[in-house]
Amino acid sequence: MEWVNAVIQGTLLGGLYALFAAGLSLIFGVMRLVNIAHGDLIILAAYLGLSTTVAFGMHPLLALIVVIPVMAALGYVLQRVVLNRTLGGDLLSPLLVTFGLSVIIQNVLLNVYSADPQKMGAGALETASVKIGTVSLGVLPLLTFVIAIAVIAGLQWIFYRTALGRAFRAVSDNQDIAQLMGLNKHHIYGLALALSLAVTAIAGLLLGIRTSFDPAVGGSRLIFGFEAVIIGGLGNLWGTLAGGVILGVAQTLGALINPGWQLLAGHIVFLIILAIRPNGLFPRMSE
Amino acid sequence: MNTHYRVTRSSTATHISMLLAVLLIVVLVTVPWWAGRAEMRLLGEIFLYLALASLWNLLAGYAGLVSVGQQAYVGFGGYMLFALTMFGGLHPLAAIAMAGVLGAIIAVPVAALMFRLRGAYFAIGTWVMAEVFRLSFAQVSALGGGSGSSLPVAIVKSLSASRSSRESLSYWLALAAVVIVILTVVFTLRSRKGLALTAIRDNELAAGSLGINIWRTKFLVYVAASSLTAVLGALIFLQKLRISPDAAFAVNDWTAFVIFIVVIGGIGTVEGPIIGTLVFFALRETMADLGTIYLILLGVVAIAIMLVAPKGLWGLIRSRFDLQLFPLGYRVESTSSNKGE
Repeated sequence: MEWVNAVIQGTLLGGLYALFAAGLSLIFGVMRLVNIAHGDLIILAAYLGLSTTVAFGMHPLLALIVVIPVMAALGYVLQRVVLNRTLGGDLLSPLLVTFGLSVIIQNVLLNVYSADPQKMGAGALETASVKIGTVSLGVLPLLTFVIAIAVIAGLQWIFYRTALGRAFRAVSDNQDIAQLMGLNKHHIYGLALALSLAVTAIAGLLLGIRTSFDPAVGGSRLIFGFEAVIIGGLGNLWGTLAGGVILGVAQTLGALINPGWQLLAGHIVFLIILAIRPNGLFPRMSE
Repeated sequence: MNTHYRVTRSSTATHISMLLAVLLIVVLVTVPWWAGRAEMRLLGEIFLYLALASLWNLLAGYAGLVSVGQQAYVGFGGYMLFALTMFGGLHPLAAIAMAGVLGAIIAVPVAALMFRLRGAYFAIGTWVMAEVFRLSFAQVSALGGGSGSSLPVAIVKSLSASRSSRESLSYWLALAAVVIVILTVVFTLRSRKGLALTAIRDNELAAGSLGINIWRTKFLVYVAASSLTAVLGALIFLQKLRISPDAAFAVNDWTAFVIFIVVIGGIGTVEGPIIGTLVFFALRETMADLGTIYLILLGVVAIAIMLVAPKGLWGLIRSRFDLQLFPLGYRVESTSSNKGE
């Protein structure tokens, strides 16, 4: 029973990891950019949520009304002002620039909020649970999982059913022809990062309600997101959800065997999948 | 008139700079006899960072292997120093050498796995690997688990009885390490393998079509750089005398700073890491009091250089003065025989 419980909790945790990963997967799909600052942006969103809840005394989930647009705007500006200038050449410059951004965000957060761990209070939501048979499920993890499915379905819809999604796919397939068709790739890329950071805002707030966070934990969120993307297969958003679930289950099962093995178990499952299926379980694109 | 052409790799500038380098090394060797303890410590740290940066530059700037996980080998080397001296009974110097051997051995399976990831995904994959190293060493209770351990006094004393001679020895080891690393990088680049590497750096597709085995070349560079990084890790923690998983596998200390050094100085050149290290330490020594502001500034400077001058400070200097300090370029010289003149 313990094992069944761990698998279920791990699956729900996987929803959060899929949210970390979805934004990463999206911008890689559109512009082949791997954003090393992604984890730190998640933590930035968590802090913005914290400040919003404190300033307006609102519920953390309501803070999304503020944090999503702020993060999206930040994403658009960041892409137009900084990241667009790094694209096109080798992969070194976007990598190093986002690495620099990561260090900047971490230290700005450290400066503003100090190194003390913080947490957002969400009242009854934090402890509420529903009992199904002998397994009790937290309402918050359940809600996170549902939100993850909704976000991925939403991204999937945008990607394949809307004009914006067509523009994303067009610039991703062939920048030059897309430009000739009247698409401004710089603007499209800006929108892609805006959308990515809007997802990051949701991920950051759910993270901040679930656990405590401090300015230094962004790196490991990036790693979880990245592992979910690779396990699921590049370019496949539903694969990313599967990747997140596999990672979450590996971690909770690892923790069940030995509390010190939680993170290690997740990494090892990732490495095993990498060794057996280097393109992930459900790849849609090569590289 | 017969004009013969000769290809040479050196020039007046490289002759002068090599001579100055030898003089500088001689002066640096004598430092323990006339400098204070603090200066010696700082110089030792500069040498180790310069060596780390040169190796990272060889990986990223020449082999195109942008690793964000080289702290895996720094920490591994450090822990090997502790484990081999404490449980293997090895002399610290033997343990440092052995750390290099073991670093090479462990780098082989790591490379085999990581090379399945391309480009930016390789970068984060190496970071995962470093996390695996950190979490694994945190599980070893004999090495102090998560809280780490100190090098026992008896082992420290086995290096030398007096504190000042230990510090001198540690300094000379760091100096020797940086000289060996830079010479290794220069001779690697001058060799056949280095030609292959430079070709890969300039155009991977073309290099492959000329028959260069790209995978094997990169693999050898990765293993060699990781092995030497493990030796540097052992030296770093010989200076510190205390190790913990968080300090040994710190991505900021052993990778972020190193990347900034290489980017600021100029990636893909031997001179770049040298300039970068000098700038980094100049900034650090003048702005250390600013704390986090200093790190923010460092990040801003690195991003600005990446956007404005992707070849770094040395790239700016070289484009203006056509200067090369190490005998690595190719020049054609005409040697006319005076038959008809």
